[in-house]
Amino acid sequence: MEIVLVGLNHRTAPVEVRERVSFTIEQARRAAQELREQGILSETLVLSTCNRSEVYGVPPETARGSAVALSSFLSSFHSIRPDMLTESLYHHYDQDAVRHLFRVSAGLDSMVLGEAEILGQVREAYRAAHDHHATGPVLNRLFQGALEVGKRVRTETELGARPMSVASAGVKLAERIFGKLTQHSALVLGAGAISEQVVSQLHDRGIARLYVMNRSRDRAEDLAKQFSGEVIAWGEWDTALQLPDVLISSLATQEPVLNREILHRAMAARGNRAIFLMDLGLPRNIDAAVAKLYNVYLYTLDDLTDVVQQNRNARQSEIPRAETIVEEHVGKFISWQSSVELIGLLDELRGKLREQRAAFLQERLAAMHNLEASDRANIETMMDELLEKLLLAPAERLRGEKELRRKIQNVEALRDLFLSGREKP
Amino acid sequence: MTYMLISLTALAYVLSLGSYLQFLYTGKELIGRLGTGFLAIGLIIHYLALLERSRGLHTVPYHDLYGSMSLFGWLLAITYLTLEMYHHHQRSVGAFVVPFILVFFLAAHLAPADRLTPTPARGVAFALHVTLSILAYSAFALSCVLSLIFLGEQRLLRSRKLGDIVWRLPSLELLERMSQSSVLVGLISISIGTALGFLWVDRLTGQYWYYDSKYIITLVVLLLYVIYFQLARTTAWRGARASKLCVFNFIVVILSFTVVNLYLSQHHRYF
Repeated sequence: MEIVLVGLNHRTAPVEVRERVSFTIEQARRAAQELREQGILSETLVLSTCNRSEVYGVPPETARGSAVALSSFLSSFHSIRPDMLTESLYHHYDQDAVRHLFRVSAGLDSMVLGEAEILGQVREAYRAAHDHHATGPVLNRLFQGALEVGKRVRTETELGARPMSVASAGVKLAERIFGKLTQHSALVLGAGAISEQVVSQLHDRGIARLYVMNRSRDRAEDLAKQFSGEVIAWGEWDTALQLPDVLISSLATQEPVLNREILHRAMAARGNRAIFLMDLGLPRNIDAAVAKLYNVYLYTLDDLTDVVQQNRNARQSEIPRAETIVEEHVGKFISWQSSVELIGLLDELRGKLREQRAAFLQERLAAMHNLEASDRANIETMMDELLEKLLLAPAERLRGEKELRRKIQNVEALRDLFLSGREKP
Repeated sequence: MTYMLISLTALAYVLSLGSYLQFLYTGKELIGRLGTGFLAIGLIIHYLALLERSRGLHTVPYHDLYGSMSLFGWLLAITYLTLEMYHHHQRSVGAFVVPFILVFFLAAHLAPADRLTPTPARGVAFALHVTLSILAYSAFALSCVLSLIFLGEQRLLRSRKLGDIVWRLPSLELLERMSQSSVLVGLISISIGTALGFLWVDRLTGQYWYYDSKYIITLVVLLLYVIYFQLARTTAWRGARASKLCVFNFIVVILSFTVVNLYLSQHHRYF
């Protein structure tokens, strides 16, 4: 009951290779089916995201043998030269494979440490494989464990708690001031890429109304259309600044567009209703003196970058706690795996002893002519009872004692000792 | 029995404070829930301790300073817990409120009690008058704590020095709403409580009004909180100004509780 993992990710493969080895949902289903049909794996799951493509499986034979076959399969499935893949692929077996998946699910192996999306991607990959009956008892248990690890790491640590990009930091700060954004509005000055990122995040957080103001009305209309916003004519400051709770500015300008005087007038017109200003322009679009006005919160690109850096450090400090949770669940999985293997071993041992008992009795009873048939039957029953009695206590202890299962590290050595000469079922 | 109840209450409040502090530090939801759970347990045992004390001394909790303080702590805990539930289990404020509950409880129960004579029966109107007045003061205390948190968080946000704490505290808007809810509870309680007080005096003496400094200060407190409640909802004062007014109002409440009660009022000693 071994586990094999073959895959590549953002650390081992350049984007050109990752693109070629990625799986669509349909491809993942087909690959899993072919791997089982070809006898390379008996259980299969393909996990494919923009940063990683990994195939998890339970091989019918040895894990290492399957890993080689799996690498060749990936090469032919994606029509990519084996030598291009060789350098990028990693192989993990059993405990290492389990640990790798749990770290992936926790966000510890992601490009952005602790990112939240990966847990959803693992869940989707598992659901798809399960629906197509590609998984079995081992991978079901493994992926349920991975989902539990991901959930625990996100609830018990702060690995994914804080924003890691300028756009998300800005949006989270807006939420620190206004709470939920569903009753609030935003004004975007400029229609550049960074504004679009912030607007996209605000849109995702349910911002109630969005206004766009840009020198080029066409670009403003494009952005407004994309996020169901409204366009405000360029330069209508007194009207425009009365509307929003959040203002994002990323204009290409040499002088500040919004100075203290304009904002002072606007705040009077707004009745001092709080406003959060994100100045993402370089040079700055908003005069720094604006920050002194009552109920004005001004953050520049540098301020937001500092916030991101602080958050990155905070996430780094959470790694040991997340790793502890991962190791705890690796231990649990290995313990479960051992218990299944050991109980299987006991069943085999029971079968072997019964065979030997039958041969032994046949040989010895052949010489005892004076025994009645009922006596012979009684002897057989008594020996069966003795066998059951001998095996019952160890079987119960294996089921009930985690520590005992942990101590028995090498099930194969036990198999060799008691069942030498028997083939693994 | 009383000693055991006091010890258990103190233990529950200490555990609640520890859990809330840990929640503020780690952000672990489970620990936050533990804080709420311990606070609820503390509330129940605190109630039993108050009951036991009143039975033992044949008096009511507000008949002496220590009893009033203990009742104040208990009502503060109830007000906070209700507010926490009402505002979607917002637990990060707990670490700032429970110390006050604990201090009032310990000060009330560790200090030697006054020599008390059994309280004469004064009827339900009087009991409600006192209890609602103390509830109002505890609600005002809570709004003061919330306003102080608002001012601290706003300062951090405006100075762009966020640290860890800002990500764990409620949003500024929520703090304002919580503070206003708390003041509303206080206003309703103090209005009904004061009306019942006048009613009780009328029954006793046949006249609604006679001069007592406590009447004046209570009306001032009422007026100040009505002004806060109005201004905090108008845009020009929303934010730091309203929060500062709320803190100022509570200073007046403290004056009412201390200077006025102890030196100026004829009929209000401990509430």
